Amino acid sequence: MYPRKFDYTAPQTIADAVAVLAADEGAKVMAGGMSLLPLMKMRLLSPATIVDIGRIDGLDRIEDRGDHIAIGALVRHAETAASDLVRVHAPALAQAASLTGDVQVRNKGTTCGSLAHADIAADQTAAVIALGATMVANGPGGTREIAAADFFVDTLTSALAPDEILTEVRIPKGGSGSAYDKLGRRGGRSDYAVAGAAAWVDKPNGTITAARVAVTGIGTKPMLVDAVGAALVGTDGSPEAIAAAAEHATEGVTLLEDLYGSEEYKAHLAKVYAARALTAALGD
Amino acid sequence: MSTTSVLGGVVRRKEDPALIRGEGLYVDDIKLPGELAAAFVRSPFAHARIMSIDASAATAMDGVHAVYTADDVRHLGPVLAQVAVGTLRPPLADGAVHHIGEAVAMVVADDRYIAQDAVDAIFVEYEPLPAVVDLKAAAADEVQAHEGVSNVLLAWSGQDWWPGVTDELPDAKPVIEEAKARDDTVTVSLEMVNQRLIPTAIEPRAVLANWHAGYGSFELWSSTQIPHALAGAIAKIFGLPSNKVRVVAPEVGGGFGLKLNIYPDEILCCFASQRLGKPVRWTETRREAPASSIQGRGWVGTATIVGTRDGEILGYELDAICDMGAYSQNFTVAIPLLGLFVAPGQYNIPTAYTLTCVVTNTPTTDAYRGAGRPEAAYYLERVVDRYAREIGMDPAEVRKKNFWQPDQFPATTAVGLTMDSGNYAANLDALLEKADYEGMKARRDAARADGRLVGIGLSTYVEVCGFGPSALAGLGFSWSEYGQPAAFNGSGVVRVNPDGSCTVIIGTGPSGQGHETTWAQIVSDQLGIELDQIEVLHGDTAESPFGVGTFGSRSLAVDGTATFEASARVKDKAAAIAAHLLEAAPEDIRFADGGAHVAGSPDKTVSWPEIATSAYQPHTLPEGMEGGLESTAVFSPGNATWPFGSHLALVEVDPDTGNVEILEYWAMDDCGNVVNPMIVDGQIHGGIAQGIGQAMFEAAIYDDDGNLLSSSLMDYPIPTAADLPSFRLDRTTTPTDVNPLGVKGIGEAGTIGSAQTIVNAVVDALEPLGVEHVDMPLRPRNVWQAINGARG
Repeated sequence: MYPRKFDYTAPQTIADAVAVLAADEGAKVMAGGMSLLPLMKMRLLSPATIVDIGRIDGLDRIEDRGDHIAIGALVRHAETAASDLVRVHAPALAQAASLTGDVQVRNKGTTCGSLAHADIAADQTAAVIALGATMVANGPGGTREIAAADFFVDTLTSALAPDEILTEVRIPKGGSGSAYDKLGRRGGRSDYAVAGAAAWVDKPNGTITAARVAVTGIGTKPMLVDAVGAALVGTDGSPEAIAAAAEHATEGVTLLEDLYGSEEYKAHLAKVYAARALTAALGD
Repeated sequence: MSTTSVLGGVVRRKEDPALIRGEGLYVDDIKLPGELAAAFVRSPFAHARIMSIDASAATAMDGVHAVYTADDVRHLGPVLAQVAVGTLRPPLADGAVHHIGEAVAMVVADDRYIAQDAVDAIFVEYEPLPAVVDLKAAAADEVQAHEGVSNVLLAWSGQDWWPGVTDELPDAKPVIEEAKARDDTVTVSLEMVNQRLIPTAIEPRAVLANWHAGYGSFELWSSTQIPHALAGAIAKIFGLPSNKVRVVAPEVGGGFGLKLNIYPDEILCCFASQRLGKPVRWTETRREAPASSIQGRGWVGTATIVGTRDGEILGYELDAICDMGAYSQNFTVAIPLLGLFVAPGQYNIPTAYTLTCVVTNTPTTDAYRGAGRPEAAYYLERVVDRYAREIGMDPAEVRKKNFWQPDQFPATTAVGLTMDSGNYAANLDALLEKADYEGMKARRDAARADGRLVGIGLSTYVEVCGFGPSALAGLGFSWSEYGQPAAFNGSGVVRVNPDGSCTVIIGTGPSGQGHETTWAQIVSDQLGIELDQIEVLHGDTAESPFGVGTFGSRSLAVDGTATFEASARVKDKAAAIAAHLLEAAPEDIRFADGGAHVAGSPDKTVSWPEIATSAYQPHTLPEGMEGGLESTAVFSPGNATWPFGSHLALVEVDPDTGNVEILEYWAMDDCGNVVNPMIVDGQIHGGIAQGIGQAMFEAAIYDDDGNLLSSSLMDYPIPTAADLPSFRLDRTTTPTDVNPLGVKGIGEAGTIGSAQTIVNAVVDALEPLGVEHVDMPLRPRNVWQAINGARG
């Protein structure tokens, strides 16, 4: 596992980091390195320059901003998982972060890094989509906001331009609950998702007024499945209503077979985990 | 021979502080001035002709010292194999490649980064050839893995494979056919896959070779389980006597059989060091390891039982095709033979077998923890369960009904080998009582009534280990092909130094098993020298007696016994010296608390430093006694040892996902006497983890062209502690009389007993659906498919 030669720079500011990215087509951002370094070691990716954002002040925080919480680019998975703010306002994300990688990865890798990497079997991707999060990208032209549902474009491809950095993910407060659940490659919830689903619901007075379900692991990208949420709105969120809504869990998904599941199995699992995530989100 | 029972204390491992703190020395920690780094160009095809190799760009790179291909190394001959049946591996592919990842060219450069860059700059032109991967297709010779050569190497079958033993056995076939023809019997068969596995040691293999031109000798550091065999092989290949090759296996971070081979990189680093006059290092990357080391298992076969409706087994048949991969290495075709040794398990039943060894365009298979015996136990214990279900009898009762009885030992089995000792029904009863089997069944039935898929799995096993008997040398149990025609003896040196400390040098070495602690316990128990005054050395051919190495759960039973005997001789001499110093009779001397005293007179003592000083000042010794205080012992056992045990699991299957959860795992193993219960439990823990790894997680998956689809740990999931339940262990103790310690071996038992325990449990859980078998690994997708298929 010997990467090709590369340059390394650790700028002190976001502006400096963006400047390097803008000037050097072969530059790549590194936060925790848990996704990037394995690819480099396998020589599947050979960036000319590593832009280590680990020295930039202010990116390592989870902040309460009134109507939303913000998770900075250097917040580790373990911090996201353990944060009271996240657990209260975005339980789906806390659960997804706690199920990401292993202890070592969770202590080193970052939530934003995993999102920017856009792995098709990552966990937190589905959570931020279901939570209706906003991704904040910094580039040469300043910042722009991208809806999480639009952020994941294709396999290992996000909406970020090569000279942009995902500096923050903002999660709106509100709703009555959210949850994430998955089947892992080693069974149970261990390892990458064979299939996973995140759900967010708002059920103010016994009737569901809004719901979002996102799936991961089953197709070419993590995505919002509008039909599931739409089927739930107006219902009481009963087991029957959940089961009926979950039947839509693969609508619009381009299924992808791998060593852990056929398309048929993954489609089945998407429904199972959509229902499980919804049930958990609607629980107390 | 008498057995000792005074050992058996839980002693914390002496070796752990250095290993845990990262202060142990592995091959990659050893640095030599001026060393160069090697890297290999590896084949992207499973079967192809090599049309051309263009290394000009690589050779021209700064920091590149050499690029070698087959033309440079052909004169070295093939990589030596102890059981040299089939095509042997050329050090670098010669004219054609026969499996994915086969080494085609070697680069030597200033450092590994440059070497890897040079590898990327070498252009090899291939002409792809049809590859054979499927075992049945290989056995049918439809496509040949090596052009013009039959894929079928041999079949272990019938009466003729061990002249003088098997040819005197009754032919089981007619007996079994007669039983099948009876109308009061039932016959059940299961065709099952025992899938390919990729042994995954936490420390990949690593090699550092240094040619000393002035002395005409090699020093070779290698993460190997067999340093003396490796020294012999290198000596033979380079035309040297074995004492001109010093092999050092320092700390070894896991072996499991994958380091029980001579590898081309070991030969090539020596070659390059000799050519270039500098030390040459290669450390295996995780990425290349699946092809640069051996793989394990890979059987497809059918197990059949014929028996009466009240549980008497009248015959067992095992017919399997066994995957050897592309080349034979150390034991390759002998691995199924080891399985055959325990084919009838704990049962006194007529047994017929055909194990056909075939070549495929995949990396070589060889020993992987258990080596043939997990396969054998899997086929037998799965079909015994199937039989129990067919006749509606409790699986535990069926097993008990067919066990060898304690008074039948030594017992000569249906395959002609004699088992030393066993008490199978007592062991199984102890397990069932400890685990509350009856209560467990009631809980399962209650869960079933609630619609849950809960199942119980039971397996017994018998292992053969502690190799081994000198008489087996002719069957390949020797390092003769490596120029070291010694049987698999044990060896040990016990030396009391002039300061009274003790140095023990052993012919086997740890790759995690805790030799340093266990051996120190054996010697301390004999001599009364404190554990911290005993240093156990291993792995260096220049300092140790000829050693066979660490494999086949043999170290304690064979090399441990040699050390025990050497320490007994040292004790005798020390007693004579102490008696002389204390003016007492030698037979009245007792050793304890760091010295010797006279029996009944605890005040008349002499310390080990005083005894040692006298030993090294011969004028103070009794008249005529030689100076010094050490002994070397070589032990050749009269038989292998035959540990056994029984395992029990309770599982629940999620009907919606196929996910399997292990609710309880119980094991009752019997490895004879135990030196250190904590270390024995640790071995069982690791063994069960690897068995469950096969049952539920791991699979080397190839496509039809021979591409390895599960080539990284992302696609080859191995279990972690977090994925496993707490194992509930206990043991029965049935000592062996094969060695004076009464010990049998425990390194592989957990693996041999566990995979089928899990599969039996899962199939039991799916019993209400009518599922009869699910092939490993029991990943959720496979279990769900079985559920789905059964539900139609």
